[in-house]
Amino acid sequence: MQGMDGDQVKAWEARCIEEQLPACAAACPLHLDARAMLEKVKAGDLVAAFAIYARVIPFPAIVSHICDHPCETACRRAEAGGALRIGAIERAIVEDAYPTLKRSAQRNRKPKRIAVIGGGLAGLTAAYDLAVKGHAVTVYEGDARPLERLYHDYDAAVLPPSAIDADLGQLSALGIDIRCRARVTSGRGPLGLDDLIDAHDAVLLAPGRGPVPNLAGSIRLTIDNRVYMDADSCATSHPKVFASPLHKMPPGVEVGPYSPVGAMYDGRKAALSVDRFLQGASLTANRVDDGSGDSCLYVNVARHDPVAIVEPSAPDQGYSRTEAIAEAARCFPCECKECVRACEFLKSYGLYPKRYIREIYNNDGIIMGNRKSNKMIDSCSMCGLCADICPNDLSMGDVVLEARRSMVRRGHMPPSHHDFALRDMAFARSDEVAFARPAPGATTSAYLFFPGCQLTASSPQHSAEIYAYLRERLPGGVAFVQDCCGAPAHWAGREELHGEVNAALTARWEALGRPEVITACASCLKMLGAFQPEMTVRSLWTVMEEKGWPTGAAPLPSGALAIHDPCTGRYAKDVQSAVRTFAGHLGAEVRELSGAERTTCCGFGGLAQFANAEVTDKIVDRRITEDSADYLTYCAMCRDNFARRGKRALHILDLAFPAGADPAARPDPGFSRRRDNRLAFRARMLTDLWGETVTEPAPDLALTIADDVRADMERKLILVEDVARTVAAAEAGSPRFRNVAKGVTVASHRHGSLTTWVEYTAAGDGFVVHRAWSHRMQVEARPS
Amino acid sequence: MSNTIPEGAGNPADLLCFACDVPLEMGKVEATYLGQKFPVDLPRCPKCGFVYVSEDLALGKMLRVEQALEDK
Ligand code: SF4
Ligand code: SF4
Ligand code: SF4
Ligand SMILES: [Zn+2]
Repeated sequence: MQGMDGDQVKAWEARCIEEQLPACAAACPLHLDARAMLEKVKAGDLVAAFAIYARVIPFPAIVSHICDHPCETACRRAEAGGALRIGAIERAIVEDAYPTLKRSAQRNRKPKRIAVIGGGLAGLTAAYDLAVKGHAVTVYEGDARPLERLYHDYDAAVLPPSAIDADLGQLSALGIDIRCRARVTSGRGPLGLDDLIDAHDAVLLAPGRGPVPNLAGSIRLTIDNRVYMDADSCATSHPKVFASPLHKMPPGVEVGPYSPVGAMYDGRKAALSVDRFLQGASLTANRVDDGSGDSCLYVNVARHDPVAIVEPSAPDQGYSRTEAIAEAARCFPCECKECVRACEFLKSYGLYPKRYIREIYNNDGIIMGNRKSNKMIDSCSMCGLCADICPNDLSMGDVVLEARRSMVRRGHMPPSHHDFALRDMAFARSDEVAFARPAPGATTSAYLFFPGCQLTASSPQHSAEIYAYLRERLPGGVAFVQDCCGAPAHWAGREELHGEVNAALTARWEALGRPEVITACASCLKMLGAFQPEMTVRSLWTVMEEKGWPTGAAPLPSGALAIHDPCTGRYAKDVQSAVRTFAGHLGAEVRELSGAERTTCCGFGGLAQFANAEVTDKIVDRRITEDSADYLTYCAMCRDNFARRGKRALHILDLAFPAGADPAARPDPGFSRRRDNRLAFRARMLTDLWGETVTEPAPDLALTIADDVRADMERKLILVEDVARTVAAAEAGSPRFRNVAKGVTVASHRHGSLTTWVEYTAAGDGFVVHRAWSHRMQVEARPS
Repeated sequence: MSNTIPEGAGNPADLLCFACDVPLEMGKVEATYLGQKFPVDLPRCPKCGFVYVSEDLALGKMLRVEQALEDK
């Protein structure tokens, strides 16, 4: 069976830029990870910071004094108090930790002989890189000493000669042979380029910026006497000879001003070509040494308060250790993770989408073994918040939907995650509760009211009242369809089942003469809109806005209401505005929470609450503490989930069709009462409106269940129905136990893939339920 | 996976089988989930073999084993 589409997964992964280099590292031609280095400084570990620094920088002492630090120009802290003084911090690190520097060459089983012509920063960087790789390197320098330019270009106060000497000492320790006053020319002889080429496996030219007429004849030169070379591969006219290029800094500038770190980059680039050549590898394949560049890591700088740059108390000595630590603490550090900050699900697994996507794809590819990301995949509520926040519109909901579909196709979906919700959906679609009728007395239908399975389950009287309102306002007949839109099947990744639901809905709609559909539920609106292309589907709220508001309003709760939009209606702007107008019409003073586009899920979305209630409770708990006012919603599940977590919440229909003195205190009906409400609703509607004879199903057993026991059952997803079935079976003679200590009967019953246990006592004509629990595993005594 | 589920199995001494009127005893039991079978020791009626799964066991170790099998 088909797994996830690898190309699609790659495209998703690429959208999350969290792993891109931060601005400082992207701007540094050597891509020093300043963020990681500063992190260590911040923690007071300058030795570890120095290790990060020296791993990338060939001349730590020199660079700490004279680096032209393009990282600082790029640093995003500039927008909030001033760019980090990365250069000055590096100097403090070097002061503190230089003695810990240990250079050693790798063991190389086939060391080669390499001549480097030119002992400036570029040539010596190349020599260093190749020596570290275990090659035998000889440097030929025309001047009396290497790095001559540094000795006279810089004031000793800026670059103390001792710093140069220290770094050069490290080169000798690596075994690099530096020959001075050794000016190489073309042709033959001990310093003739032709002889050097013959005597070495490769030659690297690092002549700096000046012309090299002295090399004419041995290799090809340009018209202005520079080495003729390919800037990408560093190849020259001779296959064994490579040359260091001239860095483009700042990015895009052909040849910018001299940059010490740029020169080191040039040498490193040429050394990489030499190394590839010596290994017989391609000079260009998979080569991404892009030098100094821009970062595409998104950083929300506005989140950070400005902090002023730390000024050294003795400017000519640079930062003290303490000052360096204080300055390093100003590094944000740069990261995106905007979505992670907003979503409790993303936060709870400790990483960020790029990593999650990789894990999900790996999980998908597992043939044998533990699929340890299953639960994570089923914990996303597919609410779309991350996509709204992400600078690249990455939607984790899309990713997990594909993952779930693949799990279902391959039979890897853990049954416990969605069984309960799918069973609830099957019930909502069953003949016991679903029905479709043209308006009482009508044969044709211009409209169809589709309240959605949850509104009717949560507050059936509202479905009935809205239906009466619509019949009064709309001409041409308003049919009624009580059914489920199929969202649970879609969210569960059950494509086949979802297809069946859609086909059944289409058939109902066709049978009623293809009326215009009006729904009260944001999820139904979204689902029918997406999967019933032929249907015209409208939201109840926009219809009301157009046809006039229903009359009669509740006594308002005191104070303002904070409005929460359902996540499935994140972009339904007309609906959002109609609801707000409606609330105003009802006299409510409404204030915004995050605004509709940044709304969160109540946990029902994506069926996340069934796979990971811990995470969805966190999502809801965070949402309900955003404002102390009562919440106003227009989704039954949002309202009930807020109520379940202890937040006073209203459905807007609680205001429009008053019932009870304090509708915001209405408790969450829970799954069992929702089922009862659905059953009763069908019987009542068909009897009252259509004059059919339907008896309200009455429970066979009189069960007494205390509120706390009921809440505990809800948490465990155990229905009163399951408990009743268990008690009934036991009383009819099924095996059961007596707990003599507690004086209770303990019974179990297997229904479908679940065994339900109940502790109960008989009381009068009925039974008192003390607790219930369930499991999926089957246990049987082994025949002895 | 271990072949016993000892932790949280409950105190069978308090329970009497309703039909046989004898206390439960620990005994060999076969657990099955998703086509996987394995032996465990659980309290059961020594006469008719009716097995008891306590709440602690159902929501503890047994749940973890179920989840592990679901992820296989
Ligand atoms: S918002 Fe999230 S998904 Fe998007 S780039 Fe940032 S970390 Fe990645
Ligand atoms: S704030 Fe820190 S991570 Fe970001 S660019 Fe500046 S130094 Fe680099
Ligand atoms: S729960 Fe919502 S915000 Fe969080 S990852 Fe899933 S779709 Fe994105
Ligand atoms: Zn027995």
